[in-house]
Amino acid sequence: MEVVASSGRHLFLDAGSGIRTLSEDASGLDRVDVLLTHLHMDHILGLPFFTPLLDPVIDVHIWGPISTTKTLQERLSRYLSPPLFPVRVRDLPSVTFHDVPPGVFEIDSVRVIADLVCHPGPTLGYRLEDSGSSITYLPDHEPALCSNDFPGDPEWTSGHDLAKGADLLIHDSQYTDQEYEQRVGWGHSSYTHLLEFARQTGVKTLSTYHHDPTHTDLILDGTHDWLRERANGLEIIAGKPGVVIEL
Amino acid sequence: MQGGAATLYLPPMQQPLELILLRQLASYLTIPMWMMDDSGDLIFYNEPAEGLLGVQFDDAGPIRAEQLIGMWQVTDLGGEVIPDAEFPVVAALTKQTPMHRALRFQGMDGAWREVEVTAIPIEGQGNRFLGVLATFWEVQG
Repeated sequence: MEVVASSGRHLFLDAGSGIRTLSEDASGLDRVDVLLTHLHMDHILGLPFFTPLLDPVIDVHIWGPISTTKTLQERLSRYLSPPLFPVRVRDLPSVTFHDVPPGVFEIDSVRVIADLVCHPGPTLGYRLEDSGSSITYLPDHEPALCSNDFPGDPEWTSGHDLAKGADLLIHDSQYTDQEYEQRVGWGHSSYTHLLEFARQTGVKTLSTYHHDPTHTDLILDGTHDWLRERANGLEIIAGKPGVVIEL
Repeated sequence: MQGGAATLYLPPMQQPLELILLRQLASYLTIPMWMMDDSGDLIFYNEPAEGLLGVQFDDAGPIRAEQLIGMWQVTDLGGEVIPDAEFPVVAALTKQTPMHRALRFQGMDGAWREVEVTAIPIEGQGNRFLGVLATFWEVQG
């Protein structure tokens, strides 16, 4: 997932396997920022294959959730080191790590709001605001888990403030309602909860994301038809590689 | 992204995730539990706590810190009034240190009860002080 700010700054949201193919977008840049929501393997798997990391001309800034025991660099070093990867963090030419507590920071023209969301282990969601547009990125999120009466009370709904009124919500859409019954507490959303969360927060456009690996394209086509039938005016974008959204 | 005027950050409506998770846990436990936010407002107590306090949370609702003072009569085991600073929840809130003590209090139903109270400060990721969690054990007999 790549966001291009009004200033031209490139921000990459998480570093799954797809980030490798986005590497060429960073060609010619002097800086890129990678915002990690959490350090589960599917969200950092592609990091060592992101070529700007090895380019001494590009300053790479990696942002990720704070920990009480180890810095972000120390935690990522568990992956970016032998035997899992031949290149060590200390050998990367120009990387800066930022441990992010819940709060607000700025990257060039982008105001970034980070907050913890309901998912196993400390997991951030991000809201990016730039020139009147807003994107909320909640790739791994189980909004119904933390509430007795979801979607009843915004005050007690994980992720609500991050998503409220956003132009674009990119949200976890892993399970059918039936699958979710067997996966409560796994940290992902059902389709019904996805729609309810989008309605509760009043977002304008919803992009699905983080599909279950067992869901084929045929299944996902049916999923998006199902969502659109129940969208009630909410624009729904089928999240898939290559989709470009301009705000 | 391209666009016009800057978007204002909307004021927070939502409780911190750590408090959301705690409330969810408290609602499932049979241990009486009470939660305050970082300003001392009472934001939740669970059903077992309702039995001790003598009023349902749905009826009492969130209670501002200044309204909590004097709501329940509290004494030590000898019947002497306890200074506010010696309440476990006050110590946890103001000094951000845990505290445990036995005390007696009168619930809203008029009954006096002897309880052991443990209050701990809730600190979230990034050393954020978020409030206080207190548990109550009624001393039987």
